[in-house]
Amino acid sequence: MIRRYVMRTWWRYLLGSVGLLASTALDIWFPIITMNIVDEVIVGGEYDKLWPNLLCILAAGVGRMLFQYLKEFLYDMGGCHVADNVRRDLMGHFYKMSRSFFKRNNTGELMARVKDDASKIWDITGFAGMLIIEASCYLVGVIVCMLLLDFRLALVPIAFLPVLGVMVMKLEKKLDVVYGEISEENAALTRVIEENISGVRTVKAFCAENFEIEKFDKRNELYNELNIRQARYMAVAEPVINFIPKIMQACVLLVGGIMAINHGISYGLLVAFMQYASNIVWPIENMGWLLNTLSSAIASHRKIMKIFAEKSDIEEKADAVNLEDMRCTLEFRNVSFTLEDTQILKDVSFEIENGKTLGIMGSTGTGKSMIVNLIERFHDVSEGAILIGGIDIRDLTLKSVRDYSSVVTQDIFLFSDTIKENVKLGRKQTLSDSAVNYALDKAHASEFVKKITGGYDAVIGERGIGLSGGQKQRLSIARALSKEAGLLIMDDSTSALDMETEADIQKEIAAKKDMSKIIIGHRISSVKDADEIIVLSDGQIAERGTHEELLAKKGLYYSTYEAQYGNYKEALKVMEGGGESWQ
Amino acid sequence: MAINSTKDDEDLKESINSATLKRMFKFLISYKKETAIVVSLLFVSVVIGMIYPLLVQRIIDVEVVQENMTGLIVMVGVVVALAAINMALNIIWRRIMATVSNDVVLSIRRKLYIHIEKLGLDFFDGRPAGKILARVTGDVNALKDVLTSTIVQLIPEALTILIVIVLMLIVSPMLTLTAIATIPIIMLGVFLCEIVAHKRWQIMRKKDSNMTAFVHENVAGMGIVQSFSAQEEAKAEFDAIVDDHIYTFKKAVQVSDLFSPTVEISYGVGMFLMYLVSVNVLHFGVESLGTIAAFTMYIGMLFGPIRNLANYYNKLVTNLSCAERIFEIMDMEPLVRDKDNAQQMPQINGAVSFEHVDFAYPDEPDKLILKDVSFEVKPGETIALVGPTGAGKTTIVNLISRFYNTAGGSIRIDGLDISDVTVQSLRTQMGIMTQDNYLFSGSVMDNIRYGRLDATDEEIIAAAKSVHAHEFIMKLEKGYETMLGERGGNLSIGQRQLIAFARTLVRDPSILILDEATANIDTATEILVQQGIEKLLSKKTSFVVAHRLSTIRNADRILVIDEGGILESGTHGELMQKRGAYYNLYASQAM
Repeated sequence: MIRRYVMRTWWRYLLGSVGLLASTALDIWFPIITMNIVDEVIVGGEYDKLWPNLLCILAAGVGRMLFQYLKEFLYDMGGCHVADNVRRDLMGHFYKMSRSFFKRNNTGELMARVKDDASKIWDITGFAGMLIIEASCYLVGVIVCMLLLDFRLALVPIAFLPVLGVMVMKLEKKLDVVYGEISEENAALTRVIEENISGVRTVKAFCAENFEIEKFDKRNELYNELNIRQARYMAVAEPVINFIPKIMQACVLLVGGIMAINHGISYGLLVAFMQYASNIVWPIENMGWLLNTLSSAIASHRKIMKIFAEKSDIEEKADAVNLEDMRCTLEFRNVSFTLEDTQILKDVSFEIENGKTLGIMGSTGTGKSMIVNLIERFHDVSEGAILIGGIDIRDLTLKSVRDYSSVVTQDIFLFSDTIKENVKLGRKQTLSDSAVNYALDKAHASEFVKKITGGYDAVIGERGIGLSGGQKQRLSIARALSKEAGLLIMDDSTSALDMETEADIQKEIAAKKDMSKIIIGHRISSVKDADEIIVLSDGQIAERGTHEELLAKKGLYYSTYEAQYGNYKEALKVMEGGGESWQ
Repeated sequence: MAINSTKDDEDLKESINSATLKRMFKFLISYKKETAIVVSLLFVSVVIGMIYPLLVQRIIDVEVVQENMTGLIVMVGVVVALAAINMALNIIWRRIMATVSNDVVLSIRRKLYIHIEKLGLDFFDGRPAGKILARVTGDVNALKDVLTSTIVQLIPEALTILIVIVLMLIVSPMLTLTAIATIPIIMLGVFLCEIVAHKRWQIMRKKDSNMTAFVHENVAGMGIVQSFSAQEEAKAEFDAIVDDHIYTFKKAVQVSDLFSPTVEISYGVGMFLMYLVSVNVLHFGVESLGTIAAFTMYIGMLFGPIRNLANYYNKLVTNLSCAERIFEIMDMEPLVRDKDNAQQMPQINGAVSFEHVDFAYPDEPDKLILKDVSFEVKPGETIALVGPTGAGKTTIVNLISRFYNTAGGSIRIDGLDISDVTVQSLRTQMGIMTQDNYLFSGSVMDNIRYGRLDATDEEIIAAAKSVHAHEFIMKLEKGYETMLGERGGNLSIGQRQLIAFARTLVRDPSILILDEATANIDTATEILVQQGIEKLLSKKTSFVVAHRLSTIRNADRILVIDEGGILESGTHGELMQKRGAYYNLYASQAM
């Protein structure tokens, strides 16, 4: 798969590799020039050969400069293009996936694919890959050169290479384990601090500062201990590894010196060998982490491939049709839904004619929000059918289905963007500013938005201004209202508003006569005006009717009413009487 | 409103402030002895490193050329011995530094943490948790980094450059000139890569964090994106971010990749000049081969330290702003502090009175949140506070628990001004349930015990039973020993609130404060909670902030708060008869 991305920017790698080979060759050639100067000019006295050799030195320097730049820059850019294109495609892939995909792969994991794993790919197709190629070429080149110059003397540095290699690999392995431990302990320390800061009101309310400090101290000291252990290990390992090349050079000097004294080799050759002996160290020294980078890039690659291989379980039919008119009836026809062996909805039927309102009540976990997910076709029903304007939603295009409804979700999600852009979500090119203002007005958000510095252009969300829960809900309502949809769904989305604002917004919504509405709520006040109210219990419709009809039934709805407006003891009586399904 | 702009941080200040610098290095003072040992060992080690080329020179020039076999062997032995000594010195100073640098960071982090723990809620209100966390983790590590590199990088690198130049002058002043001639080129390279590129890399980091933020939001908010059919729009936005990312990276590497080419050309020019001067000016013969070999090494030795020094400069400049941020926090005064002569709060009976209380947040002293609020509460009374969002209900209960100081007037409990007693003795007698009932990762038992650390298991179970939490806890996988995730993640909101309730009860408080404690639970759970509360409220002085009328109605007295003052006060019946603000509020929720 990676090959495809590399091929897309092939010319960078081709030119970069030319630069790499040329600069490596020049680097290996360099000691030979100095050897020639020493042997021919300084020792041999052939002064006419000085300038040609000097020019060679200069040419090698200039050439190295150019080729090095070519190589580094092009490999860097190559890696960048490969990784960022992988990221582009990953995000594109995510946008097409359905709910179950995001359930299988949580946000953290997907983030890791796009950020960390793509970075590993970046490293290996960029500078790390370049270094691996360069180090191998260099090592082979230098060894060949030394063998050609004098194979006897060449054996001395070559003998040291395996020793150095083994030590470097051992260190790398050990560090891998130690860093793993440190990062685990770091996460534990961070969690303690994070919890203390996030829960500071609780900490202060319980006067638990000293208890928290004790918790922190324990973690901080453990973390410190691990760090010291790692640093102490490195304190020994690094000097020892640095010592080996020194010994090698001393041996080259000794053996080379003896050979020179015995007139086996020239002085120039000895000087050149000294240079090779010191130059040969870096490829080996870097081998450990380079191989590590390679193997983790391979692992990352595998993970990315796995994500790409996943398919969405919600697919548009080839002959899917568009919804012609959004002002139409929504029908649930004996809908049942099972997710991972748990039945969530069972035989749910209702019909909302254009402009009518359905209220849904029921305690947490009874499948209220799942109804919303099914209407938006984030999942397909297990049995029965959902029809919009008489057409099964599985026969409609996904865009039609999603455009039909406009949802204010229970968990408000706003983006780190301006207030205006947040309201315009999905219609950034088409929605006018006046439509945004109108929606904000209707959601009773204009007043506070105007007070914020920057107004409509103020950046909100995680990286912007912090908003209160009620303010967020109002923006989310504005966003839903500005989307001219056939059906407005409010999923317990006024819980953070004070009573008066809630009532006002409800009036605004009720005034939208051409929109159908589904109101899901815990508060009687939010559903009482609906044309029909259904009370869900264990995924089934337990009661249905208008507010008055349900009160007369003295069932679950009535008990909720009593709990909120009357006497909770009355409510308790009803609950204990017949409402086992509440629990 | 708290301004949570995370963007503030992204504009890093880059300047060297000598006061901060001084204060930063003070951390090392307690390690004077160790620092001195490390620096002197480093000095010796640098010198040995320098002698090495001289020895090589001697071996080639004297022993090899004069064919002195024993001399050769002896000298090579000296080289090996020096390398061994150097290794030993390195091991020793690195081991010392390992302890020193980590101990410094341990104590800085601890000091900072304890200080933060003392700061008032005003500090936490204006800052997202992530930012504070970054101070205690990232910034402290950055500080350690700069302290360590001052000793192990700045000092030896500067020494190396100095000694190399001195040694070169001793060996051959003329050749030294050729080496120094290359320094301007390398300086140019260092300037480009370390100073110019550094700025560009910082821009790159911002782009990187933009990308992370975008990916995170879009993955987490995928439901919303799809529900609003915004996939194409978002993809286009991501494309723009990626293009920008690539462009910024290109700008950065364009410059920073210039470094090794400048080293190459400097080395080339240096070698060219050296051989030219050696042959044409100095007329070196075979006897000076060693000098050439030594100079080749010395020239190479200059490049690394020059780059590292520039690197150190960058690190210093960047990390200094981390230090500044740490000091900024350490210099903050805690908002609520015990008076010098503060006394212990005696056993609270439960009479609370507000006497002409004004309040404004410390950062906006002109904007009064509460104006001249006075009221009295008898022991055992239940007071409900109602009113629109932002009216000041939470402020009133925050003042009772002394999370803030009043701006004017006083609050008395049993006749004692609460600013005259220790915060500790006051709060240990209060049970406060806030809007965010934070649960910690740990077992259910541990979480309830948080209310009173010396509570027995029996007391904890009794508390859980009284709020009807016992039933569901027993249904959990391991009952009371079930481990909760962060924020109690594996429980429903209602269950979390019940555990938080039990935690408050196990404290056996004299004054109970419930600030919208049951806002998010479903009716079934609420009924159970109400049952639990009722018993409790009847005996203790309690303050209840709530939206739900059912919660409010049973209170002994209701205070309607609006625009920083008490609008109405009375029982439910009295206020309904009055047909004022409370009546309107009630009408909006009821039929």
